Amino acid sequence: MTQLWDFSGGIHPAENKHLSTTRPIAKAGLPDILVLPLQQHIGEPAEACVSVGDRVLKGQKIADVTGGMGVPVHAPTSGTIESVSLQPVPHPSGMSDWCITLRPDGQDEWGTLSPVANYRDLDREQVLDLIRDSGIAGMGGAGFPTNIKLRPPKDRKVSTLILNGAECEPYITADDMSMREKADEIIAGLRIMAWILRPERCVIAVEDNKPEAIAALRKAAEGTQTEVAVIPTKYPSGGEKQLIQLLTGMEVPSGGIPADIGVMCQNVGTAIAVSAAIFRGEPLISRITTVTGQAITNPGNFEVLIGTPIDYLLVRAGLDDNALHRLVLGGPMMGYTLETPSVPVVKTTNCVIAATASELPDPAPEQPCIRCGACAEACPMELLPQQLFWYSSSGEFDKAEHLNLFDCIECGICSYVCPSSIPLVQYYRAAKGEIRVQQAEHLKADRARERFEARQARLEREQQEKELRRKERAKAAAEAQAKKQAEAAEAEAQGQPADDRAAKAAQVQEALARKKAKNKQSAATDSNTPEKPASEPAPDIETLEKQLNQSTAKLNTMQSMLEDAKAENADNVEKLERAVTKNHDRVKRAEEALAEARHSLEAADTQTTDS
Amino acid sequence: MALAQQSSPHARNARSTSQVMRWVILAALPGLLAQTLFFGWGNLINVVWCTAVALAAEATILKLRKRPVTIFLKDNTAAVTGLLLGLSLPQFAPWWVSAVAVIAAIVMAKQLYGGLGSNPFNPAMVGYALVLISFPVAMTTNWAQPGLLWETGPGFGETLGMIASGQQTAVDGFTMATPLDEYKHKIATHTAAEVLQHPTFGEGVAKGWEWVNAAFLAGGLVLIGLRIITWHIPVSMLAGLAIMSLAFGSNADQYAPLSMHLLAGGTMLGAFFIATDPVSAASSHQGKLIYGAAIGILIYLIRTWGAYPDAVAFSVLLMNFAVPFIDHYTPPRTYGHHKPRRGIPGKGQG
Repeated sequence: MTQLWDFSGGIHPAENKHLSTTRPIAKAGLPDILVLPLQQHIGEPAEACVSVGDRVLKGQKIADVTGGMGVPVHAPTSGTIESVSLQPVPHPSGMSDWCITLRPDGQDEWGTLSPVANYRDLDREQVLDLIRDSGIAGMGGAGFPTNIKLRPPKDRKVSTLILNGAECEPYITADDMSMREKADEIIAGLRIMAWILRPERCVIAVEDNKPEAIAALRKAAEGTQTEVAVIPTKYPSGGEKQLIQLLTGMEVPSGGIPADIGVMCQNVGTAIAVSAAIFRGEPLISRITTVTGQAITNPGNFEVLIGTPIDYLLVRAGLDDNALHRLVLGGPMMGYTLETPSVPVVKTTNCVIAATASELPDPAPEQPCIRCGACAEACPMELLPQQLFWYSSSGEFDKAEHLNLFDCIECGICSYVCPSSIPLVQYYRAAKGEIRVQQAEHLKADRARERFEARQARLEREQQEKELRRKERAKAAAEAQAKKQAEAAEAEAQGQPADDRAAKAAQVQEALARKKAKNKQSAATDSNTPEKPASEPAPDIETLEKQLNQSTAKLNTMQSMLEDAKAENADNVEKLERAVTKNHDRVKRAEEALAEARHSLEAADTQTTDS
Repeated sequence: MALAQQSSPHARNARSTSQVMRWVILAALPGLLAQTLFFGWGNLINVVWCTAVALAAEATILKLRKRPVTIFLKDNTAAVTGLLLGLSLPQFAPWWVSAVAVIAAIVMAKQLYGGLGSNPFNPAMVGYALVLISFPVAMTTNWAQPGLLWETGPGFGETLGMIASGQQTAVDGFTMATPLDEYKHKIATHTAAEVLQHPTFGEGVAKGWEWVNAAFLAGGLVLIGLRIITWHIPVSMLAGLAIMSLAFGSNADQYAPLSMHLLAGGTMLGAFFIATDPVSAASSHQGKLIYGAAIGILIYLIRTWGAYPDAVAFSVLLMNFAVPFIDHYTPPRTYGHHKPRRGIPGKGQG
């Protein structure tokens, strides 16, 4: 008997699992069209490596991730690539994303497969590459690339490998039926992962509401070291953090990963995919999906090709269109509603609920929080949901963060138990989004400030260097002067007559002459100016235009410099302002001159035309 | 057909605020029954009157505040406030004293603070404390003499007449001080044995009161069983009161004994129905324990050394002041964290 711990909180919602466990897993069949999103995993989207019109074989790689984290996408059947285009994909926002559309040819012809009979003969890295090349990403919900998860940080030793078969969400039975029917494959997949990770302990955790699955797993696990742990049925026992706490008594540190405490969780569906990838060489091209809800006539589990449109699947299971009120992808606690059923099944699609209005009724209007604390009682993360709600809804995000908003796993329990029908999780999601945006902006502002400070420092440094150079020059000049004087003194000492007075008088004379010449010149220009148009009857408009352009350009530069300086509160604002005014005047003068010139030219023209 | 778009979770629990309050009302009925059996029709008439005034006041204010009247009236919270006041006020309290208490509770303590969920103080106790301070004569002299309903005391019509007459003091033969009041004032000059001769005490702890308290205890246990309240506040409050009584008042010739503290006043009603009002109470488990224990200690202090014979209202109100502070310093330790994050961000350990 495996020792179990408990996690705090949790609820026992109506299970509704019996709906879909009455029949064995059926093949969903081949739809007319398969839509394969290029991003079905966490990380970089894959890039199509086939062209429109290509015929592809079943299991052929049609898209891959070349740079960054991600896994390839494979053709689920043989057929023709019809398009690579934006199509609606399963996402809470109802967005569209790049998808490869494949028209099956009905032959279902496999490409060449290369199964590995004895994976232990290979390198662990080679096996990890096989898992990656098979396009396997976590099938429990998030879709994290399995090969990357199986390669924990070097300083983290995984001592406990947990296979998550808890399937705690109501309605969903995909894992339950897989465990009943494919227990051997699950154990085989688990053994491959265990061989890669070399843990001390392997546990498969199943909630006690699945006795058939437990029996099947126990039988399959006979003779292996694998424990089958039966855990009490309580939502969210299948949440990674809660399951780890249940089985090990340890908590994943906030902000950390399970490998930090030597634990790793994998989903049973992932184990099946790993087993198929290694022993049969088959990439991930299908999965088990529950189709259930009261608007479905024949609810059950289906082996569905990835890319199968959900409306096809609904028809296959017998949808009562008139009864359908809400279409949920995933479970009723954490799933999201679809706007349209024409989105494809992807690698993480474990359940589709076609619910009637009475089954999942619209929520009652939100009422004020009465602080009853039912949410805090039930929260599996031991948060204070009502305080988080106050702070999230009033925009006091720092306080919400202080109360560990980011530890919320969005399991939905607080909203479920709230007597005032407050959509608490929705508030937390909004707050988290808002905080992320703020953080991004903060980061941007920080960078801008750093840039500015660096620039300031550089300017200051340059100023100092300039000052230094000036001082050096002054020093050099002083030295030169001193040297000169010394030479003069030496010369005097040597008896050469240094007629100081005469020299000075000569200098004064010289200066006076210079001044006179200058005055004359300026007088000439002054007297010239008004006469200019007269002396130049056809004024050179081109030159004037050029002058104007130049001055305008200069003014613009000056102005932008001034703005910059103002924005940065630099010391040279005043100086620049003066310069701008000066340039402004200059431009004005140039404009006037140009206008005048044009005017006189026109006058001249009219005169000529008149005559 | 357009598919419904909703944010998760899609499944919801069925228990609404309205249902929670309905359970509170139902759980208080055994106490009301016991009150009626031992103290006559007064409490029943008070409950009906207070509830009616509460609903009318709530509807009026909601209308003035332009809030949907029917939705909020259906949440049953105003009815609970009326009920609690009806259960706490003296049996022969004049109609206008009850009305003042209820209107203060609903209008001042609840709606002026923003209505349901926004009131820092327990509305019923604000109303109670207000009339206790304002009309001390009416509030201390109108307690019915204990006795079985069918044996002694005024009939329904007479009781109704007394309440409706609006006189501050009721007919002398039917009323007497509460056992806690009696004990407190007599023990200074008498021995315990002499004090207990008074008819208010009867053969047990305090005639009638012990049954009323037992009935509220039973109702409270039902609420805990239904997970409408948690055990933390009632247990810590009773423990706080008991520890104080055992530590300081073990001499029955000086102070009221523990049994009287637990069973003779409004203790059980206070512990299970008043201190547990979620809106004005502390929220975390640890916070609830501190909050409850402090109320218990304050009840003992005020009853023993204060001017008032009973003290549930004042103790609860005093601790209501402390709730935001308690809440800031008693958050639970979140999964994956070593320590709880106490205090207010930006101040101290932000």
